[in-house]
Amino acid sequence: MRLLDRRVANAVILLLLLTAPYWINAVGGYTALGSRVLVLALAATSLNFLLGFTGVLSFGHAAYFGLGVYGAGLTIKYLYANTLAGMAVGVAVGTLAAAIVGVMIVRLRGVYFAMVTIAFGQVFYYIAYQWNSVTGGDDGLSGWRRVPISLGFTTVDILGSDKALYYLILICFLVSVAVMAALLASPFGRTLLAVRENERRARFLGIPVDRHIWLSWMVSCFFVSLAGTLYALLNNFADPHDLRWDQSGDFVIMAVLGGMRSFWGPLLGAVIFVVLQDYVSSQTENWMSFIGLLFVLVVLFFPRGVLGIIGRKTAS
Amino acid sequence: MTQLVLFNLFNGLIIGAFYALMALGLSLILNLSGVINFAHGGFLAIGGYLAYMLMPQIGFWGALAVAPILTALIGIAAERLFIRRVYGRDPLYSLLLTFGLAFMIEDGTRFIWGASTVPFAVPSYLSSSLSNEFFFLTGYRVFMVALVIAAVAALFLILGQTRLGMRIRAGTLDLETVSVLGINVRILRNVNFGLGIYLAGLAGVLAAGMLGLQPTIGSSLIMPSFVAIIVGGLGSLPGTLLGGLLIGAASGVVTVFYPSASEAVIYVMMALVLLVRPHGLLGEEGRF
Repeated sequence: MRLLDRRVANAVILLLLLTAPYWINAVGGYTALGSRVLVLALAATSLNFLLGFTGVLSFGHAAYFGLGVYGAGLTIKYLYANTLAGMAVGVAVGTLAAAIVGVMIVRLRGVYFAMVTIAFGQVFYYIAYQWNSVTGGDDGLSGWRRVPISLGFTTVDILGSDKALYYLILICFLVSVAVMAALLASPFGRTLLAVRENERRARFLGIPVDRHIWLSWMVSCFFVSLAGTLYALLNNFADPHDLRWDQSGDFVIMAVLGGMRSFWGPLLGAVIFVVLQDYVSSQTENWMSFIGLLFVLVVLFFPRGVLGIIGRKTAS
Repeated sequence: MTQLVLFNLFNGLIIGAFYALMALGLSLILNLSGVINFAHGGFLAIGGYLAYMLMPQIGFWGALAVAPILTALIGIAAERLFIRRVYGRDPLYSLLLTFGLAFMIEDGTRFIWGASTVPFAVPSYLSSSLSNEFFFLTGYRVFMVALVIAAVAALFLILGQTRLGMRIRAGTLDLETVSVLGINVRILRNVNFGLGIYLAGLAGVLAAGMLGLQPTIGSSLIMPSFVAIIVGGLGSLPGTLLGGLLIGAASGVVTVFYPSASEAVIYVMMALVLLVRPHGLLGEEGRF
């Protein structure tokens, strides 16, 4: 029965995402907003691979997201105006940086891990901020655009058509999410859950815990930098704030808001967060206070997130 | 050249003293309550702005004395209202909560006092130069270093010599036993939080006089304080002090040779420390 429920839920989600460009205008949104939701949902889902399913608290994921943004942007602007090449470079840069940082932090846990990930996240922010001549500094990297993708037999015009871009992002999102779901269902994923539930016991069972955490960190950072490259394409712009600690906080709140023990939680969290942010920032200059208030309210009243609460109600 | 290096080293040490003052407050709270107070930079800004408001009425010295105490009171209230509720829960929640508070404080100060830098004048007899040869030795800088030394000395005196300090140190090691021995742990944590925020407020007043006052002053100073704690080692207050001074001096010296790397160098230092001593220079393995 539960398996059937889950299949129905997956089918509904898939249908909603596939048809989104055709109904989103009717409910007051716009296609680019849908794309934004998907990109940030991919980032939050990737973070949740680490946070919710391995039990490791990273508050510095914006760094790898932002490296994806800048990797793609810089490549398209200076090296080779090809969307796929930009994405490949962005993902490679983000993942490489994560591999190096990962080696240094993998032995740390809990508060310590969180603090070090926050601090390391700032390195890349300072580089983007200071290296004015290349990255545009505080003004961000502009003066470049995404390029239509040529597949030989046809060309996908992601520059001219918002819908084409949405479907490119959707394909990336679905593939990434499917890979992560498959990983979680595999023995490797089950081991990660064991590490989350009781690290000491996992260690006694002979599981190389540090290596599993490092691998989980790598999977998470790989997909978060992919999300970053898509974000660069979506905005035709790289903003140093994409690398900053507040962006990391946004990813965490999306995962928690939706429900970090549920696979689709971060997607739901991203929908709520992005729509709310879009609405509030169009209404008031002080949207930052409202986002802050959202953080506080979630922690005090909805620590399990929306799906966590629903799951609990149906279970009891 | 020597003078340039000396100037920047001294400058770096002053900045490092700031970092240390802020990081010591963070460490106090982290050690006893297990909470990384991300809103610490926000409280620093509050301290600065309160001093700015009070100065026309009670002068620089009055503001210096009163503003940190008011900041500490606000901190105590914030602990009672919000932060107390996440003690003992996953560090995820305390981080998110203080993240949210940091957002709200930064936006709130911008709403009240505006986004641009407000003038914060220190008395003229403090801002004059003390020596012609070492032009950088202004009275304010020397005064600031003296005040930081005094504050740090007072903090260690309180922790080492008073009953309150003894309880804080004991609570850091084993809060449950302290509680069983009949000490009200809720009040202890509350007071300890106030003590940490007092240091943030003091750093705020000093920083306002040196760097100028704007809403983002807190978030620009909090990251280096994190690095100071990590370099020094979580759980060790002397380590935090050492970490702050070290990264300040390092970024000061690097400024001479390669100015744009002055902020990156502290993270390089942190990476090196983590590689060689994963638990920081003076940290103990297994505490965190």
